[in-house]
Amino acid sequence: MIKTYSISTTINEKEYKSEVESRLLLSDFLRHELGLTGTHVGCEHGVCGACTILVNGESMRSCLMFAVQADGLEITTVEALGKDKDDLHPLQQSFWEAHGLQCGFCTPGILMTLIPFLRENPDPTEKEIRAAISGNLCRCTGYQHIVDAVLLAAEKMK
Amino acid sequence: MKPAPFEYHVPDSLNQVLSLKREHGEDAKLLAGGQSLVPAMNFRVIQSKVLIDINRVEELSYINEDRKVLRIGAMARERHLEFDPLIDKWTPLLAEAVPFIAHPQIRNRGTIGGSIVNADPAAELPVLMLALDARLKAQNSDGERWIPATDFFDGMFTTTLATDEILVEIELPHIPQNTGWSFMEMAPRAGDYALMGVAALVGLDEAGKCTRAKLVYLNAGDGPVDAKAAAKSLVGETLNKKVINHAAAHASEKEITPFGNIHASPEFQRHLAKILTQRALVAAAIRAGEGYIQ
Ligand SMILES: Cc1cc2nc3c(=O)[nH]c(=O)nc-3n(C[C@H](O)[C@H](O)[C@H](O)COP(=O)(O)OP(=O)(O)OC[C@H]3O[C@@H](n4cnc5c(N)ncnc54)[C@H](O)[C@@H]3O)c2cc1C
Ligand code: FES
Ligand code: FES
Repeated sequence: MIKTYSISTTINEKEYKSEVESRLLLSDFLRHELGLTGTHVGCEHGVCGACTILVNGESMRSCLMFAVQADGLEITTVEALGKDKDDLHPLQQSFWEAHGLQCGFCTPGILMTLIPFLRENPDPTEKEIRAAISGNLCRCTGYQHIVDAVLLAAEKMK
Repeated sequence: MKPAPFEYHVPDSLNQVLSLKREHGEDAKLLAGGQSLVPAMNFRVIQSKVLIDINRVEELSYINEDRKVLRIGAMARERHLEFDPLIDKWTPLLAEAVPFIAHPQIRNRGTIGGSIVNADPAAELPVLMLALDARLKAQNSDGERWIPATDFFDGMFTTTLATDEILVEIELPHIPQNTGWSFMEMAPRAGDYALMGVAALVGLDEAGKCTRAKLVYLNAGDGPVDAKAAAKSLVGETLNKKVINHAAAHASEKEITPFGNIHASPEFQRHLAKILTQRALVAAAIRAGEGYIQ
């Protein structure tokens, strides 16, 4: 018998009660158990940033936490932002307008990295933005359009 | 699922951690920030029968000033070191170096204790522990002992902690008066492990002569490398270009043993060490009170 652990987590303001095996990664829990597939998984060793989510409001790698560790914590994933194209978060709207994405694989992790960043740095410089997204790999955009999108978002969110 | 199965414990007091560690011995690993341990488990390089998660042990997470020293709990996050004004006040060299550790999302979770015990030769914090004359407090269920940073690191990913001991506190003295400091490193991209890095400290007397110097390197051997002879060659001297270049050459050619990796040959790492040392010593001498003479 495989031992499981009971956890209760608040994800995007909704409460979930689950039974999980200790070795289940938080990223796989979100995607496979809860169907929250907005959180992407690229490398599973902390390098690519695709799996970035908020844990109690701070950006973290969901591939480097176990689901069982999320017991009692508050998780926010990209699904908490705008749901469709008429209801986008200003950050998402800016990514659209400034061409901050192509294939979109890296986008959820980048958005979840930037939400707390813009909260703490409402008027960021280009250099600060580049440091903030240094832990997120994008294979398409060459980053310049992402930087432009963040500058635009900061403008919109003033 | 990528990691191998393990039994999970999540104690909320230090005493419980110590008794679990005693009970499970070699079979148990502590799970601090998990930013080094979980990648290794995902690769199955590490398979631990038992994990003791110490993220709920609040008594291990603090940054406090005492009369004479700064005390940091092992579970203080790297991110807290980056922003706590006490770090800048007591030991600005540490404040300068922390932003070089990984990316913001990793620093939000990674801990000072985890990085020190992990003893990665490429990591910043072990180098800083040597450079800053830290003392490290180890504890098991029988009691505690203090280990000077110079006796803590014991080769690649290895420390002198006993199986049932855990690191609980890091004690840092003030950087002495009239002492300048600098941390510099070279990494392919911001947040990557550096190819080479150095922490430099120089103390000057009223006449501008060097009274004390320290040069400690990362990714330069099987642990943090203290280049004692190069540092000693600075003592008693006025810090000019010739003296500094001589020390940089000695450290980079004679005292470090970089192994090279896919991004850099050992020769290139030695070259980086030389240049970084020159620059760091100039910066440190200037901070010590305009102690650099062209
Ligand atoms: C993409 C990426 C890039 C990174 N880049 C860098 C970098 O540039 N520089 C750098 O220095 N680090 C880097 N890191 C590592 C990061 O700084 C880790 O946070 C740190 O090395 C380990 O801290 P942790 O708290 O996560 O420890 P964990 O991963 O939880 O633990 C590491 C080891 O220490 C043991 N341990 C933890 N705490 C204690 C304790 N109190 N007592 C006894 N044993 C303990 C654990 O059992 C484990 O064996 C990077 C990590 C990632 C994923
Ligand atoms: S999947 Fe987590 S960082 Fe790449
Ligand atoms: S848009 Fe394709 S990886 Fe970033």
